[in-house]
Amino acid sequence: MNDEIVLKVEDLSVIYNSSRGPVRATSNVSFELRKGEALALIGESGSGKTTLSLALIRMLAKSAEINAGKVLYTRDGKTRNILDMNDGEMRAFRWNDCAMVFQGAQNAFNPVLRIRDQFLDTARAHGRNDKEWLRQRTLELFKLVRLDPQRVFDSYPHELSGGMRQRTLLALGVLLDPQIVILDEPTTALDILTQRAIIDVLNEMQTRLNFSIIFISHDLALAAEMADRVATMYAGEIVEIGGVNQIFYEPLHPYTLGLLRSVPKLSHGQDELVSITGNPPNLIDPPSGCKFHPRCQFASEKCSREAPPLTEYDAGHQSACWHVDKVIEARKDLYKKKVTES
Amino acid sequence: MTTPILEFENVSRSFKKGRTTIIPVLQNIDLAVNPLEFLCLVGESGCGKTTTGKILAGLLAPSDGRVLFEGQDVAKLKGEDYKRYRRSVQIIHQDPYASLNPTHSIYNILSYPLFRHGYVKNYAQARDRVGELLQRVDLTPVGDVIDKYPHQLSGGQRQRVSIARALTTNPSIIVADEAVSMVDVSIRISILNMLMAMQNDLAVTLVFITHDLALAKYFAWKGRIAVMYLGRVVEIGRTPEITENPQHPYTKVLLSAIPEPDPDRTRTKVHVALRSEDIPRLTELPPGCAFHPRCPWFVEGVCNTHIPQLAPVPRNLGDSDVACIPLTQGAELKLYES
Repeated sequence: MNDEIVLKVEDLSVIYNSSRGPVRATSNVSFELRKGEALALIGESGSGKTTLSLALIRMLAKSAEINAGKVLYTRDGKTRNILDMNDGEMRAFRWNDCAMVFQGAQNAFNPVLRIRDQFLDTARAHGRNDKEWLRQRTLELFKLVRLDPQRVFDSYPHELSGGMRQRTLLALGVLLDPQIVILDEPTTALDILTQRAIIDVLNEMQTRLNFSIIFISHDLALAAEMADRVATMYAGEIVEIGGVNQIFYEPLHPYTLGLLRSVPKLSHGQDELVSITGNPPNLIDPPSGCKFHPRCQFASEKCSREAPPLTEYDAGHQSACWHVDKVIEARKDLYKKKVTES
Repeated sequence: MTTPILEFENVSRSFKKGRTTIIPVLQNIDLAVNPLEFLCLVGESGCGKTTTGKILAGLLAPSDGRVLFEGQDVAKLKGEDYKRYRRSVQIIHQDPYASLNPTHSIYNILSYPLFRHGYVKNYAQARDRVGELLQRVDLTPVGDVIDKYPHQLSGGQRQRVSIARALTTNPSIIVADEAVSMVDVSIRISILNMLMAMQNDLAVTLVFITHDLALAKYFAWKGRIAVMYLGRVVEIGRTPEITENPQHPYTKVLLSAIPEPDPDRTRTKVHVALRSEDIPRLTELPPGCAFHPRCPWFVEGVCNTHIPQLAPVPRNLGDSDVACIPLTQGAELKLYES
């Protein structure tokens, strides 16, 4: 990893126009993605993580509108705003520069085409017609994702298991050597052992090909394992962003702390878990001030009046909370090992 | 020893697919659910945990073997005895979006079983009892919920209604099949804690079915975990034993593979590699131990020819029973070298 920034998102907001009024699915999101880095977006359903990632490749539903912000993409020293690209540029950008592997990706293949033809389709759509090059590249990628290259190359999708399809899709994602790969819930719906194989393969691919990853997950354990940096999303906003160790060991936002407290751990003896009270907010009519305040144990009168800005507290570690000092006080017992009674 | 409240004696269950194919989903399961214990069934998809739950709750009959309720064969229960069994064992399904009838109000959903089983006589009694149940599952204020329809509730609230419905018949056992897997992380624990409190408050035995070992560990810390693989129980024992001192190769591999929400720990974990990534199909189960084609500790001539039975492991201080021939015969596990 180096400090070269490949993607810079500034104040991005997306609104869905629904019959009941505008839904602010993501508001004022800003972050940077460096070369070769893995950034995890964690949050619950409805926190805006999928909307955010779809906005980055402009694949949002028709009812959605990007009403503010910039998405600056840099390759070979040239920076462009993705939101200003025309359709042709956008088509070239997708897959050449930024690939996305969707949730439930096992079903993303066309069932009546052989895998090799689907790879060929993708390459052709981006102007690469050299079949021999494609063959070499595909077989090499299959080896990297630990698949039997020739067998998979000639298979139909139904001949492959879910885990194999997921790996095939990862290979397809990096076919054109993109700088960024977006993964939406890459391991959900997979069995534990298959999940492990995918994680290992992803780590290896990233080391070898040095692309940047944005992955969306509700699974904190996956973020702990794969991410270099983690952004916590709540009600369409990034409420905390920082290095993986900062987020897991020194959280600065009550919501992140709440999530960490509510996740069962496999080791560490008997867990003492506390859940976050209340329900996720309604995005048509979100709470005033800090959107988390109705569920927050530290909320004060100020929190319901004024939304806290994302502020840097440690190097590279930002949180949007008026009461960071209280979080620091409360997080002390987070990893204290409880003596187990026998 | 107390009589188990529910017991499987050599239970098998298969399903027919087409005219000729038979899928053996469960094979020769012996399992005892003791009164007031926390029992967790853990395994990956296709291991038969949901089928086990359905047979426990009486929603499916075994193809072979017997299910005993308080020592009596369920298949032979008649009339009031059978009704009592069905009332005593309730199930909470995985998907709260599919398990509640969208055209009925919450009051209706909860009052039908009350009237059906004669717990209430009239509307006023039913309203009272439904109100109590909703309070029990923390759906308060009751007046806000009771006349709503399922689509007006969030996933977490619906799952609470499901739990309330399971409570209508004052059950002594609740089988919760992946009851929180579709609920958001932040509210998952409150639902789980509520379920766990019922063991004490309502004298309910809880059987929890999940694919998430960390969740199983939290839920059944004072109880037991049974690990299933391709239709059989491969290891069963007290929860701390299973999670901290796993014996069966499959349990070991599973525990080593699971990522943990702790960066240092999860990145320094030693992962045991499998010999093969492919999960055998249920219709083409390998001979002998079903795990042998993938097992890193595979012993040629033993594992691929003999079907292992659950037995204690010599020299293991814990009390787990394990279905692994080399282990139970006292061998040290050595990683397979091909």
